[in-house]
Amino acid sequence: MTNSRDHEHDNNLDEMTARVRALETLLSEKGLIDPAAIDAIVDTYENKVGPRNGASVVARAWCDPQFADWLRKDATQAIASLGFTGRQGEHMRAVFNTPEVHNMVVCTLCSCYPWTVLGLPPVWYKSPPYRSRAVMDPRSVLEEFGVKLSQDVNIRVWDSTAELRYLVVPMRPDGTDDMNETQLSALITRDSMIGTGVVELQQ
Amino acid sequence: MNGPQDLGGRMGFGPIDPEADEPVFHADWERRALGVTLCCGALGAWNIDESRHVRESLHPADYYASSYYEIWIKALETLLVRHGLVTRQELQTGNAGDKAPKGLKPLAARDVSAVLARGGPCDREITAPARFRVGDRVMVRNINPAHHTRIPGYAKDKTGIVEEVAGTYVFPDDNAHGKGENPQWLYRIVMQGTDLWGADSDAALRVSIDAWESYLEPA
Repeated sequence: MTNSRDHEHDNNLDEMTARVRALETLLSEKGLIDPAAIDAIVDTYENKVGPRNGASVVARAWCDPQFADWLRKDATQAIASLGFTGRQGEHMRAVFNTPEVHNMVVCTLCSCYPWTVLGLPPVWYKSPPYRSRAVMDPRSVLEEFGVKLSQDVNIRVWDSTAELRYLVVPMRPDGTDDMNETQLSALITRDSMIGTGVVELQQ
Repeated sequence: MNGPQDLGGRMGFGPIDPEADEPVFHADWERRALGVTLCCGALGAWNIDESRHVRESLHPADYYASSYYEIWIKALETLLVRHGLVTRQELQTGNAGDKAPKGLKPLAARDVSAVLARGGPCDREITAPARFRVGDRVMVRNINPAHHTRIPGYAKDKTGIVEEVAGTYVFPDDNAHGKGENPQWLYRIVMQGTDLWGADSDAALRVSIDAWESYLEPA
């Protein structure tokens, strides 16, 4: 845990633990929920659906120009072909970084995020500092993430105000020509697919 | 409504402070909060637009002082009472009364993966042609409804270019309030940063929003 204000809210453990437990018990007694279904949902997003999905999409796009083209034209279907479909990924768009344009995704109005390829959003993505600043001053946001773009790189921010969900396809780093899809996939971070990071060849 | 959720371009919220190697959940109650919320949503008594509206209708002081899963739980309690699935008294006492809601089938564990993999597509066929085309110059209308809407405040009265005619989708402003899905054309509108934030702002910034047709007028 850090000392940030946002995370402090998550320290009200006792009150929220009691409140959620009481609610789950009540709903279970009323026959409205099955606690085993909660376990299955949690297992899905804790162990199965996460940014490794998106990394495999990006790695495929780097290695297979036809797939990249499909991803550009019909991201929902191209991503579905790798087995990633469903909740908060029903209507996908893939946006490709270039040397001229860096893409960054935000949801200023709530926390819209492409769950099927990135899993559940991190706390900072859902919190007011990122949501307020990303559309107005993305360069300073990127600096907080350790990304310093040259002033001649244009920034494009995608505010997810409807049901389209955006996946950033970061640029493939130099020096990776000999790497296969699996090796490439291991380089690709969650933040690089939100646009708050870039992919780097680890030393 | 331009409530506490409408955050684009607001100042004073401080650093982003990303957490290194952040876990998916920070406490066990967050796991249960996610699961309870999704299970209740699967009952079908409300839709995602109504959920969003209830969350953004929290008092601003409460919204800003709450973590995201806290917001979810507070909104879920409101939805459950509004739709007659639980009573305020049951929430206060924690004891289930004897009135059982009718016709609602709880999401079963064995159905979870299929339900999540299916999701909730909200594209809908309509017969009306699209009013705008790619390349058209449009203005985001300066409208301030008290109900749910997906126009971010910073884009109102601003002009941009249609980049994509993205299809036809359920209209959240109506769907959040039980007025039907009333699908409309959806467009992606790209705006210059300097048009949004002034001549002194980043000239190399462009911002897009996704906007339903009734949010827009020709510019």
